Amino acid sequence: MFKKFNAKDDIHSRTNVKSSVQRGLKLKLIEQFPKLESVIDEIIPKKGQLVVINTDRLSLYAMDNEVLFYQHFDDPFVPSLKLIHKFADCFPSVTVDRGAIKFILSGANIMCPGLTSKGAALPDENLPAGTVVAILAEGKETALAVGKLIMDTDEIKKINKGIGIEVGTHLGDGLWSLEIE
Amino acid sequence: MAEDGRSALPIIYCDVCTFPPEYCEFGGTLQKCKTWLKVEHPDLYDKLYSEDALAKATEGLSLEKQEKVEREIQKLQAKEANRAEKELKKKLSSKVVVKRVERSKRKHVIAVSGVEVFGIDPKKLAKTFASKFATGASVTKNLEGKDEIVIQGDVGDEVEEYVSDLLEEKGLDGVKVERTEDKPKKKSQA
Repeated sequence: MFKKFNAKDDIHSRTNVKSSVQRGLKLKLIEQFPKLESVIDEIIPKKGQLVVINTDRLSLYAMDNEVLFYQHFDDPFVPSLKLIHKFADCFPSVTVDRGAIKFILSGANIMCPGLTSKGAALPDENLPAGTVVAILAEGKETALAVGKLIMDTDEIKKINKGIGIEVGTHLGDGLWSLEIE
Repeated sequence: MAEDGRSALPIIYCDVCTFPPEYCEFGGTLQKCKTWLKVEHPDLYDKLYSEDALAKATEGLSLEKQEKVEREIQKLQAKEANRAEKELKKKLSSKVVVKRVERSKRKHVIAVSGVEVFGIDPKKLAKTFASKFATGASVTKNLEGKDEIVIQGDVGDEVEEYVSDLLEEKGLDGVKVERTEDKPKKKSQA
């Protein structure tokens, strides 16, 4: 999604977020990622100033010039990779096969076989379609991408065909290299 | 907060390719990344690139696949090296054009184009010119669609000096700064 994205051309506006809206955002975030509750105040402190940056279809939420998460229209929030690196346990994750790393890093989506083969791992409990997950790789400790599940994890295990996860942002894409003034 | 282990984890990013060090191999600059890592974080270097770490990583793949992976990594690196070279060459061969345009009989403006290639922000540069020469300066798009800095007044010499100094500072002193004159004679066109 961030293949061609740079600060100059794509950013239309940036506005400060009202504190009432900021509170609402925090609640929505906790709703979406329950494990975030204990660290939410570290990520978005009460006195901190959240900034929303608008582009064509996306809203990026940033604090202190670092993007925390983004939203495509009114879809669920997607945390930025840097945020996931800092708080890895708060987000559900899946692991992909080593061979898939190269493709993911060039923007491809993840096919089911990459999630069910030998090196990969899916969580035991079912994650419904539409969940935002961190994508880890076989043998690596840090996440390499963030994506949204297209199928339930149980379905992925069963059907094992087609696109399993739509990748939103990955290491080295436009969002990763984004520098906000 | 009991489980503070996560927030205490300082994530290290490789300075060369901005990825976490374990992903350096996919960034195309593996050699530089390795040298950087060895100097800055020798413990991580050992963890990632020591003998057994490498063996563990490739034990899942058969011998052919291992070779294939190696070849592909080398190809990627070669590509990246080529790309970096080409960019550098491009930078050296492109030039900054300082054009003197007539506005009316006595007045001229200086149009500076070709600054973007060198990573110079045209807006900031325009502001600097404006305060330096105590005259108006702005950024417009010229006929080719490129950004151009237009400075009021006949300050061509000073501009050339300033720009060459600026480029020298950045280390790009091989670049030419070209002076041209633009004399559009509207009345003579049919």
